[in-house]
Amino acid sequence: MIINLIMRLVAGSALLLLVLVLAFFFDGADRIVSARMQRRYGPPIWQPFYDFLKLLGKENIVPRHATPWAFNGAPWMAAASALLIFLYIPIGSLPPILGGEGDIILILYLLILSAASMAVGGFASGNPIANVGAQREMILMMSYELPLAVVASTLAWIAYKTGMPGEPFSLETFSGMSVWSVLGKSGVVGVACLFAALVLVVPGETGKGPMDIPEAKTEILEGLIIEYSGTNLALFKVTFALRSLIMASLIVALFFPWSLGRMIGFGGIFLFALDFVFFWVKVFLVYMAVITFMRTAFGRFKIWQASEFYIIKVAGLSLAGMILVSVDLLL
Amino acid sequence: MEKKYKIPIGPVHVGLKEPITAWLDLEGEKIVGATVRPGAIHRGIEYMARDRNPIQVIYLSERICGICSFSHIMAFVRAVEDAATIPVPPRAQYIRTLVLELERLHSHMLWAGVACYTIGFDSAFHLGMVLREKVMDVLEALSGNRVNYGVGTVGGVRWDITPAVAKSVKDMLRYYRREFSPFYDVVTGDPIALARMRNVGVLTYEEAVRHTAVGPTARASGVRCDLRKTSPYEAYGDFSVEAIVPQDFYGKAYGDVFDRFLVRVHEVYQSLEIIDHVMEGLPEGEILWEKNLNKVLAYTKKAEGTGIASIEAPRGDDTHVVHLAAGDENVTWWKVRAPTYANAVSWPLMFRNNELADAPLIINSIDPCISCMERMLITDASGEKSVVTRTELLDKCREKTRRLMGK
Repeated sequence: MIINLIMRLVAGSALLLLVLVLAFFFDGADRIVSARMQRRYGPPIWQPFYDFLKLLGKENIVPRHATPWAFNGAPWMAAASALLIFLYIPIGSLPPILGGEGDIILILYLLILSAASMAVGGFASGNPIANVGAQREMILMMSYELPLAVVASTLAWIAYKTGMPGEPFSLETFSGMSVWSVLGKSGVVGVACLFAALVLVVPGETGKGPMDIPEAKTEILEGLIIEYSGTNLALFKVTFALRSLIMASLIVALFFPWSLGRMIGFGGIFLFALDFVFFWVKVFLVYMAVITFMRTAFGRFKIWQASEFYIIKVAGLSLAGMILVSVDLLL
Repeated sequence: MEKKYKIPIGPVHVGLKEPITAWLDLEGEKIVGATVRPGAIHRGIEYMARDRNPIQVIYLSERICGICSFSHIMAFVRAVEDAATIPVPPRAQYIRTLVLELERLHSHMLWAGVACYTIGFDSAFHLGMVLREKVMDVLEALSGNRVNYGVGTVGGVRWDITPAVAKSVKDMLRYYRREFSPFYDVVTGDPIALARMRNVGVLTYEEAVRHTAVGPTARASGVRCDLRKTSPYEAYGDFSVEAIVPQDFYGKAYGDVFDRFLVRVHEVYQSLEIIDHVMEGLPEGEILWEKNLNKVLAYTKKAEGTGIASIEAPRGDDTHVVHLAAGDENVTWWKVRAPTYANAVSWPLMFRNNELADAPLIINSIDPCISCMERMLITDASGEKSVVTRTELLDKCREKTRRLMGK
């Protein structure tokens, strides 16, 4: 029992450390690829690490009008809840470290918790511009939750109805068996709709691309994080990098669970090692295709336009996916 | 009832190129009132000019603005030529026209890029900056400088068009005819860019006329005004230059930021045409009325009179008025009315019914040049704040002018 606990602790710490490094590494790659798309050279790939280390050495300024406990607590809460999510995501063929303790609903709640912590930090900084940023973050969050909830519940329903092995809401179920393979034609189209809806939710969740509205630089001067400096800002940088990695990992875990190791016919430790690496390769590709491309190719929405986009168009898309899947499952 | 609160855009803001403050009254994200407060970058250039002779003031006026530097020296030089009645050789007039159009090209491209940056469309911004480099190369080939070219002087120009320069201009024309339309397509075809710029910062035809908007700002509202057409100067009389108004291209003038974008894009194409004509029709001959600067200065010292010149700068019409007194080597007085001064009046109108997210875009949409605009500053040594009415301000100005003139 105790050995099991210690094993989990060691594995968990190692994984979280790796995830932190990967999040920064992907962030650096994202900046280079985006720069090349814009005919620029771009920063060195280690730039996010340099930024992080530099910020750790800087003074932590708390504004006079801020509420100190909320202002200082928010970045820790946001970063910690984002980091925790990786304990519940299966990496390749490896089961999640806290697999039995939480499912996709917990992951969504942790995502909301980290976004809400950012908004709390914005409200607590006592700056009217940060206030606007925090309001925008809340509005954006409320807008993309509907399509996200539809995607999660429809997927769980598919797992329940088709009898995929495992708990319907557990991510392990989807990484063990591809959701594309269990459905008929209209079901596959429906899953494609769900996939597209989830892809469109990604910019909102990560605060990048056309949805970088709460942190809009040229409108409200980085909005939420305008008053942050030093360690607190470093933690927010971690949070942003992690949220991008989380969304890319979720897409891979839900929709691209294919195992390279099993295809080749590996077994034992080699299977786990190969799938572990292959998982991050897939995450990298999804990251580039979904986050980097979208943020480079489009300008920024206004908040009501973004809200309308999510509540009407993306939610409509996800509901269409739900209906198509239902047609396949019920008839 | 939502709570109102005030948010400042500026004086230093990522979305703005120069320091200006707009205090916005907000209800949620909606702008219900706006107060624009300039006054952060007054440099007293007109005062400095009083200790300098006309040739020296050329280099001072070049530094009024970083983008339309040549427009300002052209307006100043033409005003001096008007006051002292100095003729300009035809070849010099053509070269002036060429540089004015080159400047329009790079000003409009810079503006288009910055507008994209303001709506978070960084890719188009970087694309615009890459495009702008080519015209900067041509200006460098002609004058050796990228920003303050030092090309114009009283009675002509200082640099001639050599075959090498002519070749670089030809290269540039070919390059832009090939490369500019992708940029245009990327921005106008982008649904988000359209959603961000259409029906934002609207200025109607009547308002543009009533509030004396000038340049692309007025033309985007459908006002057919272009000094190159209505009162041609330099070589413009030799070509047909039509005012670019959106109703000619798209059937209707909305007077919004998107129209201002389109007007500027079409003016880039128009400038390319004009440069083509200039290079074809370039006459042979002298480029200076008088090579010896001392003779020019001796001539302007004898001259007595007030000269006025208006030219169509990239941002609208730029007016300079110069007074020269006989026997005085220096410029007696010099007044500059930059286009932003006329356009800035329309800002509070443009802010109506828009949102906080639009504010920097609206400020940028008239292509403001704050350091061009700021002509005066009232300070109180005790640090107290007070409001000066229009009549008081006029009286104070007159009093100060009288004091300066020593009467």
